[in-house]
Amino acid sequence: MTTIEQPLSGSVPLETDRVREALVSGFRPTRPTALSTTLTFGWRAMLKIKHVPEQLLDVTMFPVMFVLMFTYLFGGALAGSTEEYLQFLLPGILVQTVVMISMYTGHTLNREVQRGVFDRIRSLPIWQPTVLLGMLMGDAARYTMASTVIITLGVVLGYRPDGGIEGVIGGVALVLLFSFSLSWVWTSLGLVMRTPEALMSTSMMILFPLTFISNIFVDPETMPGWLQPIVEANPISHLATAVRSLMAGAPDGTEIGWVFTACAILVAVFAPVTTYLYRNKN
Amino acid sequence: MNSELAIETAGLVKTFGKTRALDGLDLAVPRGGVYGVLGPNGAGKTTAIRILATLLRPDAGTATVLGHDVVRDASALRGRISLTGQFASVDDDLTGTENLVFLGRLLGYSTKHARERSSQLLEAFGLDEAAGRLVKTYSGGMRRRIDIAASIVVTPDLVFLDEPTSGLDPRSRNQVWDIVRALVGAGTTVLLTTQYLDEADQLADRIAVIDRGRGVAEGTPGELKASVGSGTLHVRVVDPARREEARGLLAKTLDTVVHEESDVAGLYARTTDSDRAAAALAELSGAGISLVNFAVGQPSLDEVFLALTGHSAEEADRQEDAA
Repeated sequence: MTTIEQPLSGSVPLETDRVREALVSGFRPTRPTALSTTLTFGWRAMLKIKHVPEQLLDVTMFPVMFVLMFTYLFGGALAGSTEEYLQFLLPGILVQTVVMISMYTGHTLNREVQRGVFDRIRSLPIWQPTVLLGMLMGDAARYTMASTVIITLGVVLGYRPDGGIEGVIGGVALVLLFSFSLSWVWTSLGLVMRTPEALMSTSMMILFPLTFISNIFVDPETMPGWLQPIVEANPISHLATAVRSLMAGAPDGTEIGWVFTACAILVAVFAPVTTYLYRNKN
Repeated sequence: MNSELAIETAGLVKTFGKTRALDGLDLAVPRGGVYGVLGPNGAGKTTAIRILATLLRPDAGTATVLGHDVVRDASALRGRISLTGQFASVDDDLTGTENLVFLGRLLGYSTKHARERSSQLLEAFGLDEAAGRLVKTYSGGMRRRIDIAASIVVTPDLVFLDEPTSGLDPRSRNQVWDIVRALVGAGTTVLLTTQYLDEADQLADRIAVIDRGRGVAEGTPGELKASVGSGTLHVRVVDPARREEARGLLAKTLDTVVHEESDVAGLYARTTDSDRAAAALAELSGAGISLVNFAVGQPSLDEVFLALTGHSAEEADRQEDAA
C-alpha cells in the first residue's frame, strides 16, 4: 500500500510504507551527555535568534538609548562635561543594561512552559536541568552582543578605558557572570508567575530599585546619609565598582570578591529552586 | 505485574483544586495494537495521558507503563515512550528539519545521523517540501504529521496520541489514521484518546470509555457497540403532519422507543438489526408516508454516553469544563 490521496499544494502525499520503514530503521542511540544536550538547547536558542532577528532589538537599541540618554542628560550637571561623565558612567551603564536584559530569560522560560513543546522536552530521557543551562547559554550570546554595542558606542563618544582591552574583557566577563547568576532568579519567577505580563511587572519592580539605588549614575557621597549604606550594600554597586576598577586597569580585589560571593549565593539558592519548580510544573 | 500489558493502572486519582480530573481510573492496555480512550472533553483523558507519560504525578493510585512505575522509574521509562500532545508538541519558531534534528540530538544521535533521520522522516511524512519552513506556517494537517514524526525520531515502544485528529479535515484525518496503522504495523503500541466513536472504531483494538475520571466501559469496538446498540435509524418525513403516524409504525416494527428530533419532521430510534430497519422503512413506504431521507448510522458518542452513563456527553462537558 502506498498513497491513496491526491497531493495538496505544498505537501506531497504520505507514504505509509516509508513511515513503516522509518520506524523499523530507527536505532536506539546511547543517552547523550549533559554537555551535549546543553549545547543542543543553546543551538536552538541561536536558531530562534536567526529566525527572528528583531528580538535582538532589546540588546542593541536599548543600550544605545541608555548610553546616549544618560550621558547627555546628566553629563553636564553631574560631572561638568559629558566626556568626563562618560568615563564614570560607561561601566555602570554596561552593568545596568546587561542586568536589565537578564530578566528576559524568565520571560522566555515562562512562555516556553506554556507551550506544547515543553511537554515533549520534559518526557525526553535527558538530564532536565540542561534545558535551563542551554537557555542561559543563548542568553550569554545576547549579553555579549549588548556589551559590544555599549563599549563600541562608548569608545566612539570618547570613553577611554585605562585598563585597555584586557581590562574591558575582564569587566564584561564579570558582568556576564553576575547576569548568569541573577538569571536563576528570573527563571524561578518565570516558573511561578502565570502570565508573562505579571512576570514582567514583578521583574521591573525588582530591577528598577536595584539598578537605580546604586552607584551606577552618581557617587553615593552626594546622597543623603541614610541612603548611603543602602546603596553601598546593593550588590549592583559592588558590581559597578568592580567593573570600573577592572576597566580602569586597577582591579579592586575586595569588590570583585563581593561580586563572586553574591554570584555564589544567587546560584546556590535559585538554581535548586528553579530546578525544583521546573520538575514539579504541571 | 502482568508482562503482557503495556499499561496497567489501578485507582489513579488526580485533582486540580476542586476538580477531580481522575477519580480512580483503572486501565489494562495490552501490548501491540491500538488502545482507544474515548470520552468527552473534561473526562480526564489528557490528565491520564500526562500521568502515563511521566509529566504529572498522580495523587493516589499506581500506574505501570512497559513494566516501569511512572513515578519511581520515570527516567527509565522516558526513553521508551513518546507523547504527541493535544496541542502541537513541536517548536513553532523552528523549521521542520530543525525540530527533528533538535530532537534527534537530544535523543543521542550525532549531528550527521540526526540530519539523515530528519530527512528520512520528513520524506516519509510527505513534508520534504516544507522541511525548510517554520512550523508556524504549516497547515493543521502538516503540523499533526510533523508532530507525530517528532514522536518517532527514535522508534518508541509506546506512543501516546492525545486527540490526534481533533480539528483536522477528513483528508488529513485519514492520513493520521494511516500513520497510526503504520506505527502498529511496525510493532509499536499506540494509546490514543478521542472524542469520536468513529475514530476509535476505525483504529482501536480495544476501547475504554471514560467519564468524569472513571472508566465506564471497556472492550472491543464490537462489544462496546453491541452494548449500546449497533446503530441508529434516522428518518425525515416529507409531511410533518404525518410524523406521529410514522412514529407509531416505526415503534411497532422496530419494537423500540422512537424519539423525535428537534426539528418538526425528524425521528430516530436505536436499532440493533438492519433487517428490521429495512422492514420498518418498507412499512412507511407501504403506508404512503414519503421520506425526505433516511440513514442508518453508528451511534454517536453522545448516544454511547447516554446508554453507558445515563447522561449525554455535552452534559459531562459542561460539568467538567474546568478539568
